[in-house]
Amino acid sequence: MEVFWYIAIAIVLAIFFILDGYDFGTGIIHLFFAKKEKDKEVIAKSAGLFWDSNEVWLVAAGGMLFMAFPTFYASVFSGFYLPLIIVLWLIIFRAIGLEFRGLFKYQMWKDIWDTSFGVSSLLLALFFGIALGNIVRGVNLGDVQNGISAHEGHYFFLPLWNSSFSPLTEHPGVIDWFTLVIGLIAVVTLAIHGANWIILKTNSSINSKLKGVIFKLNIVLIALTLFSLYLWQIVNPNSLNNFVEKPLLMVFPIIYFTGLIGLFFIKRIKKDGHAFLLSTLLILGGITSSLASLFPVILPSVNTVNEPLTIYNTAAPEYGLSVALTWGIIGFILLLVYFIVQKRLMGGKVDNMDYGH
Amino acid sequence: MEDMLFYDRLQFAFTITFHYIFPQLTMGLSLLIVFLKGKYLLSKIEKYNNAAKFLMKIFAVNFTMGVVTGIPMEFQFGTNWAKFSELTGSIIGQTLAMEGMFSFFLESSFLALFIFGEKLMGQKLHFLTGFLVFLGSWASGWFILATNAWMQHPVGYEILENGKFVLNNFGDLFTNPWLLPAFLHNQIASVVTSSFVVASIGAFYVLRNKQVEYGKLFLKTGVIFGLVSSILVAFPTGDWNAKNVAEHQPAAFAAMEGIFETEEAGSEIVLIGQPNMVDKKLDNKIAVPNILSFLTHQDWNKQIPGMDQFKEEELPSNIPALYYSYHIMVGLGTIFIGVMALALFFLWRKKLYTIKPLLWTIMFLVPFPYIANLTGWYTAELGRQPYLVYGLLKTSDGISPTVSSGNTLFTLLGFVALYMLLGLLFLVLVGKTINQGPTPQTH
Ligand code: HDD
Ligand code: HEM
Ligand code: HEM
Repeated sequence: MEVFWYIAIAIVLAIFFILDGYDFGTGIIHLFFAKKEKDKEVIAKSAGLFWDSNEVWLVAAGGMLFMAFPTFYASVFSGFYLPLIIVLWLIIFRAIGLEFRGLFKYQMWKDIWDTSFGVSSLLLALFFGIALGNIVRGVNLGDVQNGISAHEGHYFFLPLWNSSFSPLTEHPGVIDWFTLVIGLIAVVTLAIHGANWIILKTNSSINSKLKGVIFKLNIVLIALTLFSLYLWQIVNPNSLNNFVEKPLLMVFPIIYFTGLIGLFFIKRIKKDGHAFLLSTLLILGGITSSLASLFPVILPSVNTVNEPLTIYNTAAPEYGLSVALTWGIIGFILLLVYFIVQKRLMGGKVDNMDYGH
Repeated sequence: MEDMLFYDRLQFAFTITFHYIFPQLTMGLSLLIVFLKGKYLLSKIEKYNNAAKFLMKIFAVNFTMGVVTGIPMEFQFGTNWAKFSELTGSIIGQTLAMEGMFSFFLESSFLALFIFGEKLMGQKLHFLTGFLVFLGSWASGWFILATNAWMQHPVGYEILENGKFVLNNFGDLFTNPWLLPAFLHNQIASVVTSSFVVASIGAFYVLRNKQVEYGKLFLKTGVIFGLVSSILVAFPTGDWNAKNVAEHQPAAFAAMEGIFETEEAGSEIVLIGQPNMVDKKLDNKIAVPNILSFLTHQDWNKQIPGMDQFKEEELPSNIPALYYSYHIMVGLGTIFIGVMALALFFLWRKKLYTIKPLLWTIMFLVPFPYIANLTGWYTAELGRQPYLVYGLLKTSDGISPTVSSGNTLFTLLGFVALYMLLGLLFLVLVGKTINQGPTPQTH
């Protein structure tokens, strides 16, 4: 039952990153490449039409986590207090940027909303990557000092950074050189994904240029990926053991590398949808590989005093998980129906869609 | 420790208050939109459709605000109330997760369709999407109130040796005696808010002598819905809630009503008075004898326990705030019925659109249903103190053990600044929309 809920939450989270990921990426591309007002407008629109229904997946993942793994939810949300609240603020800034853009006449206002949308998208992508980095690196559970826990062993509190920016100290912070590299990977990945989305959904004049951008970003991504694997070995020498012991898990990295290699041929791909699919694989593979490398651990401990958090020691009891299964399945089917109906009716390029107000 | 608790509470109170400004309009307004759209389907008079679409624009801005302020609420259970989440998450996580799965998805998927899809879908389907948005928002209220009802009156649980609350009967969460009265009262209260908003926009158009046709429509709709909902919010639903509190949280009830001393037979109802916590009495009291006993128990002489019957630690922690919140809600509720009854009377005599003082009153009444809704929630939440889960888990035992007060103050200040900006933008946008008015679209 724990395993089932773990997988379900991972799926919902992955869907969130795939869907809202293109919004983040769109913001990043918007920030750096959109120059003409017409392009800025359609690009913002290609994210603006969808962001709130995409964000519901985050809300759903949060709710499911709360219900199925309350101890994990409590520990991680209070431990990563500052970065999480900052993420909430960024989400608000991004929404402001997207929602207000079309409503004011003067260019000055448009520039302000555009910057708000672009910068917060960039930082959100960075923060989500850093979060993933923190999860695979692990934290000082119990805030142990000199072998003694300061709290119950499943609580902790991370500063944003410590003076050395190093993951190898006793008290690593949220941002260190390892998590920062993972953060950059997320930024580049989502930028690629966003560029693909823009090509797919708009007729903007920079579409032709974007393929070249994707190609270059992809090369950066390959370099970053290899570099991060090297760093990961330094931070946690056992990081790949899971894949050796359970070779079946190798499918996840394979998904990732399929995306990576496929995008190498971006200029020859004729169908825009196929390119989008490849960057989807990238996100899916990246997240699932990281999770699979830890399984069944969900938050490693960097000290030897306290046990890591696993899906077993943080789960809610059996009864609750099994009733939730019944409504969860019904709910999930409904979600897919809504989702398909919505994407069906709102398919096609967004240029001519009438954007509300 | 003390100030950790203080800032956690302050941050939660501030962010939930701000959040709740928006859903109350969402839930009520979706009903009015469905009503107008339905009227258009039946009558085919273009005016109703334009009115519905116009209200939808206000709805959309409001909805966005609700979403961006709601996400912090969900996160805050974990960030600021970690111990509470750990101990009760397997129960209240159920209702919160169901809210996400069943209602938010319904609402946001179909909202996009309702706004962008009229030409794609045809009128009947368009009505249906509007209806689904309404259903989603009310379902969301249902699940959130089920969560809150469990905290007010826990059911279907078992407490393990390690202090964790474990669900043992899922059905109980939804048959909780606290839930149905709270849900009905709360939803009708949100209809009050939206009717007043619509009536106020109508009064504005009529007074300004622009968009007068729509102004009259909005006034009429707002006043009729406003009177009906104002009556229903007091009776039977408000009354039902009061009985519920008297039964399940008698100490909170005594404090709400301001009964310091138990009377031999029959309690008076207090209209005005200031709680004096030093002498344990109400200053400057105006009260009517025996009414409270009759309202609560249909018996003029039934004894109602006053605050003197409870131990200090059983009483709510902030009695004056609780007492004022409750009296403000009830007082405003009474005024609402009065104003709307008067307006309906003149509407019936076909004079409403010309009586300026009344139109001014309706126009400026708009903040008050918001205040009534918020003070209603303060009543519920302050009455529950000092407990997070009534009678079982103290608020002070629910906070995050590792988050220091300096960090909470930092994030609180951030939320205050950000929400001020957000509130300002919201007002500008809604103001602009109202100024433009529902002029028929030309394409
Ligand atoms: C427009 C708003 C509005 C108005 C006019 C009223 N209420 Fe109310 N009331 C609410 C909005 C509200 C609310 C915000 O919706 C609450 C908070 C929690 C809940 O379920 O509903 C609430 C709660 C609430 C409670 C529960 C308090 C608790 O849980 O401890 C009682 C006893 C009443 N109300 C009673 C009344 C009475 C007798 C009214 C007579 C006029 C009244 N309310 C008018
Ligand atoms: C149904 C959903 C709600 C839930 C689950 C909920 C839960 C909570 C929690 C966990 C706290 C913090 C602990 C405490 O101080 O008691 C709290 C406090 C508070 N809530 Fe609610 N709340 C809900 C709705 C609301 C609404 C809609 C409002 C008002 C607009 C509100 C007003 C407050 C206030 C003012 C406090 C601070 C009270 C105090 O600290 O004494 N709540 N609530
Ligand atoms: C502590 C309690 C609360 C939490 C955790 C919470 C959580 C949320 C979240 C996450 C959203 C955004 C959903 C989306 O993405 O579409 C939201 C919106 C909403 N919430 Fe709350 N909420 C709380 C209190 C309330 C209360 C008391 C009500 C009403 C009774 C309510 C009704 C709604 C509605 C109708 C929406 C839809 C958006 C809107 O209408 O503005 N919420 N809430």
